[in-house]
This record gives sequence, C-alpha cells and structure tokens, in this order.
Amino acid sequence: MSNKVLHVLYNDDDILMDAVRKTRAAHHHIEEVFTPFPVHGLDKAMGLAPTRIAIASFLYGLVGLSVATTMMNYIMIQDWPQDIGGKPSFSYIQNMPAFVPVMFEMTVFFAAHLMVITFYMRSKLWPFKAAENPDVRTTDDHFLMEVSVKGDENELVAFFQETGAVEVKVIEKHY
Amino acid sequence: MYTFSNSLRTFAFILMAVGILGIGYSFFTAPTSLEEVEQILAAEHHGGHGEAGAHEAAGAEHHEAEAAHAEHADVPAVVEHSAAEAEGTHEGHDSVNAVATHAEHDTVATSHDAASPTGDAQEAGHDEHSELAHAADKAAIDAVHDAHKGHDAHAEHDAHKEHAEHVFKQLQNKPWAALYVAAIFFMLISLGVLAFYAIQNVAQAGWSPVLFRVMEGITSYLLPGSIVVFVLLVLGVLQFHHLFIWMDPAVVAEDHLIKAKSGYLNGTFTLIRAVIFFGGWILYRQYSRKQSLAQDEATDNLAYKKSFKAAAGFLAFFIVTESIMSWDWIMSVDPHWYSTLFGWYVFASFFVSGITTIALVTLYLKSKGYLEYVNTSHIHDLAKFMFGISVFWTYLWFSQFMLMWYADMPEEVVYFKMRIDNYNLPFFGMVVMNFVFPILILVNTDFKRLSWIVVMAGIVILCGHYVDFFNMIMPATVGDQWFIGAGEIGSVLFFFGLFIFVVFTALTKVPLLAKRNPLIEESKHFHY
Repeated sequence: MSNKVLHVLYNDDDILMDAVRKTRAAHHHIEEVFTPFPVHGLDKAMGLAPTRIAIASFLYGLVGLSVATTMMNYIMIQDWPQDIGGKPSFSYIQNMPAFVPVMFEMTVFFAAHLMVITFYMRSKLWPFKAAENPDVRTTDDHFLMEVSVKGDENELVAFFQETGAVEVKVIEKHY
Repeated sequence: MYTFSNSLRTFAFILMAVGILGIGYSFFTAPTSLEEVEQILAAEHHGGHGEAGAHEAAGAEHHEAEAAHAEHADVPAVVEHSAAEAEGTHEGHDSVNAVATHAEHDTVATSHDAASPTGDAQEAGHDEHSELAHAADKAAIDAVHDAHKGHDAHAEHDAHKEHAEHVFKQLQNKPWAALYVAAIFFMLISLGVLAFYAIQNVAQAGWSPVLFRVMEGITSYLLPGSIVVFVLLVLGVLQFHHLFIWMDPAVVAEDHLIKAKSGYLNGTFTLIRAVIFFGGWILYRQYSRKQSLAQDEATDNLAYKKSFKAAAGFLAFFIVTESIMSWDWIMSVDPHWYSTLFGWYVFASFFVSGITTIALVTLYLKSKGYLEYVNTSHIHDLAKFMFGISVFWTYLWFSQFMLMWYADMPEEVVYFKMRIDNYNLPFFGMVVMNFVFPILILVNTDFKRLSWIVVMAGIVILCGHYVDFFNMIMPATVGDQWFIGAGEIGSVLFFFGLFIFVVFTALTKVPLLAKRNPLIEESKHFHY
C-alpha cells in the first residue's frame, strides 16, 4: 500500500485557514497541520474535537481535595489528636478552618500538575523525544498541511496549488 | 429605543405596594412597651402558661434548668472543661463590653451555652432565659459558680427585667434594620455597577461597550437609593431608630470604648462623610452619563477622553470612600468590633452583586430583543466575572473569619461567636449560596453561555449577598430576635420594585447602543 502524502506549504495563516476550509469542503483528508504559532480558529476549521483536559483537571482537583482531607483527618484528628494551642481537635469540622489553606493548595497542586502531565502524555511529549518536524521552516515562518494521497495524484497537486500554496511536495512516508 | 413594558411596570408597582404593606405591618406589630415584650417572652417560652406572670415563669424555668443540670452533672469532666471555656469567653467579653449593659447580657447567654455544651432539649427552648438557667447552674455546681463571679450581683428578677428591656430594644430595631439592610443592599448594587462601569472605561475594555447603556441604566438607581440610605442615617442621628448604638448619647456616656471613638463616630461627622461619599459617587455617575451621551453626537473623541479621565479619578475616590463607607454604615453597628479587611469584603460582596445584576438585566433585555449586538460571548464574560468575584468574595470572607477564629482573641472573635451561635444557617448558608453553588455551576464554559444557567446562578448569588448584608447588620441590631418575616421580605420587595422602576425608566431615555464609542465596533463583533 502506498504511503504517499502531500506536503503543502503556505506562508500566511489566513491563506492556510482558507485552504483548510477548501480542503475539507473537497473531502480530502487532512493528516496534520504544522504551524509556527497557534492559529486562532484552526481547530474549528479542521473540525477537531474539543479538548477534555479541563474536565480531567477538575477531577484531579477533587482527588487533591480528598487526599488533603483524608491526610489531615488521619494525622490531626484520628491518629494523635493533641491539644495544640487550644485548637479543637475533636472532629475534623471543628478544626477545619485551620486545614483549609492546605486543602486549597493541594487541590490546586493536583489539578495543575496532573493536568500538565496528562497534557504531556496525550501529546506524547517528553525529553529526548525525537522531533517530528517534517520541514524546519514550519517552526519559523511557514505553515505546512499534510494531506494523504488518494486517487489521482496530479489532480490533487493541482488542487492544492490553486489554494495559494507556495510549495506542494509529494512525499513517500516511512512509518 | 427601549420601551418599558406595561407588565413590568405593573410588576414593579405591585412589588412596591406589597413591600410597603410588609414594612407597615412590621412597624405596626413592633412592640411599643415593655409590658408587651414581657407578654411576648412569656408566650414564646411557656406556651400555655402565657398568662402567668414573668416572675412565676422564671421560677419554673429555674426548676427546669436545675433538672436539666442534674442530668449532665454525672459527667463532671465535661462540666469542668466547659467551665474553663466559659471563663475564657466571659473574661474577654467583660473587657470589651465593660459598660454596655445589653451587650453584657449577650455575654451571659453566650457563656452559659458554652457551659452546657450538651445542649439539652429543655434548655434549647429557653435561650432567651439562659441567664436564669445560668443562675440555676451556679447554685448547683461550684465549678461553674466560680467561673461567673462577675454576675453574683445579678438578682434573678433584675436579670429578667434587664433581659426584657434588651429584647424590647431588639424588637423595636427589627423593622428598621430590615429596611436598612434592603436599602443599603440595593444602593450598593448600583454602586457596584458604577465601579464596574468605571473599570471598563479605564481598562478600555473592548467587549463591554455594548453593555454601557445597560450599566448606566442600573446606576441611575444610585441617586434615589442614596437618598433613602441617607435619610435612614439622618433618622438614626435624630434618634428615630437605634440601629447604631453609638448615635445614642446615653450609651456613649457609659461606654468608654465608644467614647474613645467618638472623635470619629459621631452623628455630625458621619453625616458630613455620607454627603461627601454620596455626592462624589453621584457626581461621577451623572458626569459620565453626560459624556457618554455627548460622545454619541460628537464629531471627535473629546467626550470619551473626558469620561476616561473621570473614571480614573472616580476609581481612586471610590476605593477610599468605599472603605470608609463600610466602616461608617456597616461595621459601626458593632462599635466594639473592628476588622481591617472589612472594606474589601463589603466591596467584593456588592461588586459581585452588581455584575450579576448587569448580567440579569442584559439577559432580560436581550430576551425581549432589544440588544442586537449582545451575543453569548458577552454573557460568557459577565458569567466569568460573576464566577471570579464570587471566589474573591469567599476568599475575603474566609480570610476575615479564619484569622479571627485562629487567633481566637476575645475582643474580635465575639463577632463570629455571636453569628455562629444565633445565625448558624444564614451565616454558613450564604457561603453555600455565594461560593459552592456558583463555583460548581459556573466553572463550566458551556454553562456560562446558557441564559437559564446564568439567570439561576445570578438569582442565587443575589439572594446570597442579601443574606450576607443581613448577617452584617442584624446580629448587632436585633440579635437573636432575627427572623426573615414580613418586614424583611417587604423591604426587599419594596426596594426591588423601586429598583426595577427606576432602572427600566432610565433605560427608556436613550438608545441602548452607544453610537460613537471608539471601542463599540470591536465590542459589537466581540467573540470569545
């Protein structure tokens, strides 16, 4: 099976957005788009599903809150309920105001860090990871759209040259 | 141009009429003599024995209390412990409320509660007479007796009479306090919107200019609202009501703590300050409105620049006067207590209410088809502000509470002790309404774009912040005699009706879209 893809390069984000819309309208499958900076509205134009990372973060926050509560309830109330400066260690609720700063920070800590780690894992980002950049210019001033080749190759190239591309390349992709 | 719909106008008038009835009823039913209070007290605490003389009732009470005490006398450890606690509370109280007799009275009740944490059913029904029960405890147990040396002088009868006088004052304050809370709440909503408006101008916000006319409409209530609050303050200084005990020369004469503050807390100076504050705020409101309308017809941006400068000046003036205002009109109902972040706390409370009101009025006008350029992104931004400032309010509420709870210094912790003992549900209920509910509902991006969610959250937030002001004013003025009844609801309805009437009348005066604001195009196409 052929693994041919088209690398279509643009030098302007507005032209890119137009090209993405045209490509979608023509039912060509966009494999990937590489841009040097976030292009506002690109995800919508490409029809990408919205991220669920905020939901994950909310759940991590709840985990953090539970960890803080369980930890302090065990240490301060259950295990060794000392009288420290007259604070009422009879039950968790009685001494709760003193625990709130920790509960808050732990919630934020878990929500933030676990969300970032989730982001790295889902984006497959880590140190020593081999960069997947198809063309070095895409980190500087060029925009690259990768489209899988199906059907007539020449027709496809002609289509993308019409969309304002500065360069259209046919690439044999090695996985 | 907006036209004030007849049904809304009628609704506003009905609210005002019902409100006046409620207010009138509460003034009419407030006790006018000590005898009436004695009867109320007797009826409240002894049900069928309502006709029995107060003295007899006290005797019965004494007996019951003894019985109750005998029940937990077999846990001496608890009693000893709580006696020590009571002593702590008690001493602190004495140092604060050395002379103010009614405050001292509260102390007795409070320390008694601390002395019997078992909260027996019999006693629970007799909070009002707790000092009598307290006397009974003294007779029964030496440990507790020692803890309350200071009150040996109080004979039972005197104590009861004093208590009745105290309750009499509280019941007389009740309709006034209800009126005052509602008046200041609605006036501050309008002030909160004015602050938000000034901030949007100074920040040159690109999203909000399509809402400027809505905000200007809401701030039109500032003038009538200020007049009402000012009249209530004047009535206080003239001794028509006693919400502010420091306005009463008889109290000040006996209270060295208030006397020491009388250089600041005196009627004349307070009224002068009120005139300056209201004057400054209203001046900015009228000036910015004038410039906003002038900008519509202008050919250059001079009016816009003027209103920008005025907004910057106003914000500096506002932050100083707002802080002092909160001491003068709210914190001073508890003249023995002070908190340094109180000004911010009050600000957060009415600021979030103001933003919520903008959102609700905007959604109403939008639903009637009057705000062509307002889209869900504008609503989303307002909802984000509601969410953020709700959390900010909670931060300040908790900071104020936790610092005092943690240090547990008697002279400042009494404020919260009183509220937690007697206002438990309102005190913690408002945290649920002002924090837990909005944070769970408005955290979701999609929800912030749904009108019905924003309206629902807005209503809960507004009710929550009414309760917040209720909690600030009521404990000091009516104490444990609080109730959300005809007077309270009537006052809210009256001012709500007046607010609707004034605001929507102002909205009919000019087009709802500012024409030549330099940022209006950006705002029309605002999209998030």
